[in-house]
Amino acid sequence: MKIKVFVTLKNGVLDPQGKAIHHALEGLGFGGVNDVRAGRLIELDVDENVSDEDVQDMCKKLLANTVIENFEIERN
Amino acid sequence: MKAAVIQFPGSNCDRDMKVALEHIMGADTILHWHGDADLPNDLDFIAIPGGFSYGDYLRSGAMAARSPVMKAIITAANQGVPILGVCNGFQILTESGLLPGALMRNASQNFICRDVELRVNNGTMFTKGYTDGETISIPVAHHDGNYFADEATIKTLEDNDHIAFRYAEDVNGSRENIAGITNDAGNVLGMMPHPERAVDSKHGGTDGQRLFQSLIRELV
Repeated sequence: MKIKVFVTLKNGVLDPQGKAIHHALEGLGFGGVNDVRAGRLIELDVDENVSDEDVQDMCKKLLANTVIENFEIERN
Repeated sequence: MKAAVIQFPGSNCDRDMKVALEHIMGADTILHWHGDADLPNDLDFIAIPGGFSYGDYLRSGAMAARSPVMKAIITAANQGVPILGVCNGFQILTESGLLPGALMRNASQNFICRDVELRVNNGTMFTKGYTDGETISIPVAHHDGNYFADEATIKTLEDNDHIAFRYAEDVNGSRENIAGITNDAGNVLGMMPHPERAVDSKHGGTDGQRLFQSLIRELV
């Protein structure tokens, strides 16, 4: 089974990478972009018996740093 | 005095740290590979050196903080053994939960490699050899040194006098210009600047010496 974990910076945490991407988009002439936040997508291929709680645990213990990041889990 | 410098794949300041511990502290210093979970239990001091452990994969310090030796380091920290993490070592200490907060990409997005001025708080076991409020010059070399913690954590660090070093000016976007902090017990210090690169006049400066000398007085 495929699982997608989206890791994003918490609101209020400055995102220098997002700011640089925003700046570059403007440099390319793309208007109307109000803000850019960059994150990370981690794809897991897991056995059927891996529970939601297991994946939550993986996120808290390694995949995300919950001091600065949020995570969302998407199962297909 | 017996000390260990922990080596991870990608550590690159391990030897410099060993030289500093030997020459300045006079410590009998071993290099300990991270994959060996059994850390000698008679260590007086542990250093986690700078570098790019695991190529900074996932987040700087994230993989190293989950490596086999870390359980023994956390046990040693809880027993009061002084632990110093420099640069990537600081990142590993925050990732492992031994120190609060996180080190993010520098606000400028640039890798910063130069001497910086630091203001010292001499109220920690690592900084006793300095004058309180003294300005010293120590090199930094990092991409992810932008210290972040929530307001409550920053206030706790300030109220408990756990901010050992602050940059004299904004270097990387760190909250409150924080360059180095200790844990609640005061025996774990993480700092982005490299004191081991400022212990010999040939380095261009010797302001890092007194950090190691402070520890000799503490440990003897």
